[in-house]
Amino acid sequence: MSAAAPRAPGALARWWDSDLAYSFRRSPVAVAAALMLLVILFGAALAPWVAPHNPLDLASLNLMDSRIPPVWDAEGQSSFPLGTDDQGRDILSGILYGVRISLVIGVGAVLFAVVVGIAAGLLAGYAGGAVDAVLMRIADIQLTFPAILIALLVDGVVTAALPQEMHERLKVQVLIFSIGISFWPQFARTVRGSTLVERGREYVMAARVIGLSSGRIMLTHILPNVLGPVFVIGTLTLGLAIVTEATLSFLGVGLPPSSPSVGTLIRIGNDFLFSGEWWMTIFPGLALVLLVLSINLLGDWLRDALNPKLR
Amino acid sequence: MAEGRIVLEAIEASRSFDVSRPWLQRMVAREGRRVLRAVDAVSFAVTVGRTLSLVGESGCGKSTVGRLAVGLYEPSGGEIRFEGQSLSTARAQPALRRRMNMIFQDPYASLNPRWRVSDIVAEPIRAFRLLSGRDVQDRVGQLLTQVGLSPRDGEKYPHEFSGGQRQRVSIARALSSEPEFLVCDEPTSALDVSVQAQILNLMRDLQARMQITYLFISHNLAVVRHMSDLLGVMYLGRIVEYGPGESIFAAPRHPYTRLLLDAIPDLGMAGSTRARTPVGGEVPSPINPPSGCTFHPRCPLANARCRAEVPKHTRDGDVLAACHAVEEGRGAG
Repeated sequence: MSAAAPRAPGALARWWDSDLAYSFRRSPVAVAAALMLLVILFGAALAPWVAPHNPLDLASLNLMDSRIPPVWDAEGQSSFPLGTDDQGRDILSGILYGVRISLVIGVGAVLFAVVVGIAAGLLAGYAGGAVDAVLMRIADIQLTFPAILIALLVDGVVTAALPQEMHERLKVQVLIFSIGISFWPQFARTVRGSTLVERGREYVMAARVIGLSSGRIMLTHILPNVLGPVFVIGTLTLGLAIVTEATLSFLGVGLPPSSPSVGTLIRIGNDFLFSGEWWMTIFPGLALVLLVLSINLLGDWLRDALNPKLR
Repeated sequence: MAEGRIVLEAIEASRSFDVSRPWLQRMVAREGRRVLRAVDAVSFAVTVGRTLSLVGESGCGKSTVGRLAVGLYEPSGGEIRFEGQSLSTARAQPALRRRMNMIFQDPYASLNPRWRVSDIVAEPIRAFRLLSGRDVQDRVGQLLTQVGLSPRDGEKYPHEFSGGQRQRVSIARALSSEPEFLVCDEPTSALDVSVQAQILNLMRDLQARMQITYLFISHNLAVVRHMSDLLGVMYLGRIVEYGPGESIFAAPRHPYTRLLLDAIPDLGMAGSTRARTPVGGEVPSPINPPSGCTFHPRCPLANARCRAEVPKHTRDGDVLAACHAVEEGRGAG
């Protein structure tokens, strides 16, 4: 209703006025989840400045500091707020650096899956016929396996194919690739479905009449119209991807203890759970839960907010 | 009618679609391929600056003819010529492709909802590299003014417009490459009656000013009467009557044309002495069309010959009609 409003109020102001922003402000769960996520994101992004210690610097570790309980315990020390592990590594610092790696891998894997999925979905939906049949059967077959199994398999094969000395250096890239590969079918199927609908619309026909190439029609006309659901699935898949990475690291095929992710920390701590040193595994676990929970709550909100039937 | 250069010509053009079920289901049910003949040996010619209208009930193949005429479909038989060249050859050349465009039926689906109106209108200009830089925006402003919108409307998105305004945007886009030939596929059928007249008048205006040739597709005879120089009446993929609009409206030959004209609730015809022949029934399936003249199950004049033999076009004055009854001189009302 702002027909007479002055032009170009700026992207931020326009966003604040949008339906989506309104629905965000009205949802306390979404706001809480976003705040939580922001805190975690800041902590992870600024880890080198906010963390009390550098867990990646092995020289700074002191075995004398090992197995110190959290600060509120009688034996706790103020320099290790959440205690230390068996190597004398500060748990809080480990979590901050670990969340950082987990997020990088999670976001990287989802972006990879989104790019592959969108490309396959657009191609299958727009070209149809044999291309569609082949791409979608590959996706169907992959969907019959659990994603974690695919990720485990791809990770194993890629790692075996790489020379020994590159394993540690390329571990993050390998994980992004193997987790990303295991999630592309969801995106491909969604994009294909929307593409089938959009392809039959008259605006696509109008573009074909003036002789635009199929590639240009897919990228400039269809792609912007199929991105909505991709955002929702992307957000929800981010939570899954982070959990998958944590699971792989927990199983010992993920990141090594020298550059631990949250999953690696949980695995290390797991060995000491029954000897009473619960903080080593509970705190990283809690961090993982909060991270994934806030992402999923935001994803749920986004799904509902973008669904016109639920308005 | 023979004056002027022929812009678009269809020579016995046909188009079939394969509507078979998937291979596995066909094997299980032991049935063969099924083919739908949407357009069956259709011939016509439109001269420059004129309008040929195609009318018929839904499913008669008129939209398919429209899509054939701009090259969205290849004809599966016969030929379509643009400026004397086969259409597929013509469309291979951007210079010729620029000269044809299309206006669509549904103004809610024919504009990309994620694009600004200025980009929508400029798309053909950019695709054919007609202008560049600031000139594009100036031209878009001109075009929007020409179709009765404001140049400032270019900033907006399609959802901010009404159906009639969107159709104006659609027309502006179609005009932006300065085409000489436009296919209009039911451009007003999704609009309110009051808006229909505005859009039709706009289109006639533009035609008079720029000598545009129209292939106009509609199921609405009142609209067609307003627009056409030439008229083709289609039934089940064939043109059953073809000739100058006035001649056909004054004295329809084919029983189907008479049925369509009778169906117009027109006060002027209330006192007409012409007998009204109410013809019921639905259009038969084009997958399995009736034998002989495909109109015979609904035709009041049908006899044994109509059921067996496909009628050829016969000339009556300046009108061509495909009907045994007309040819034999029976039933000429």
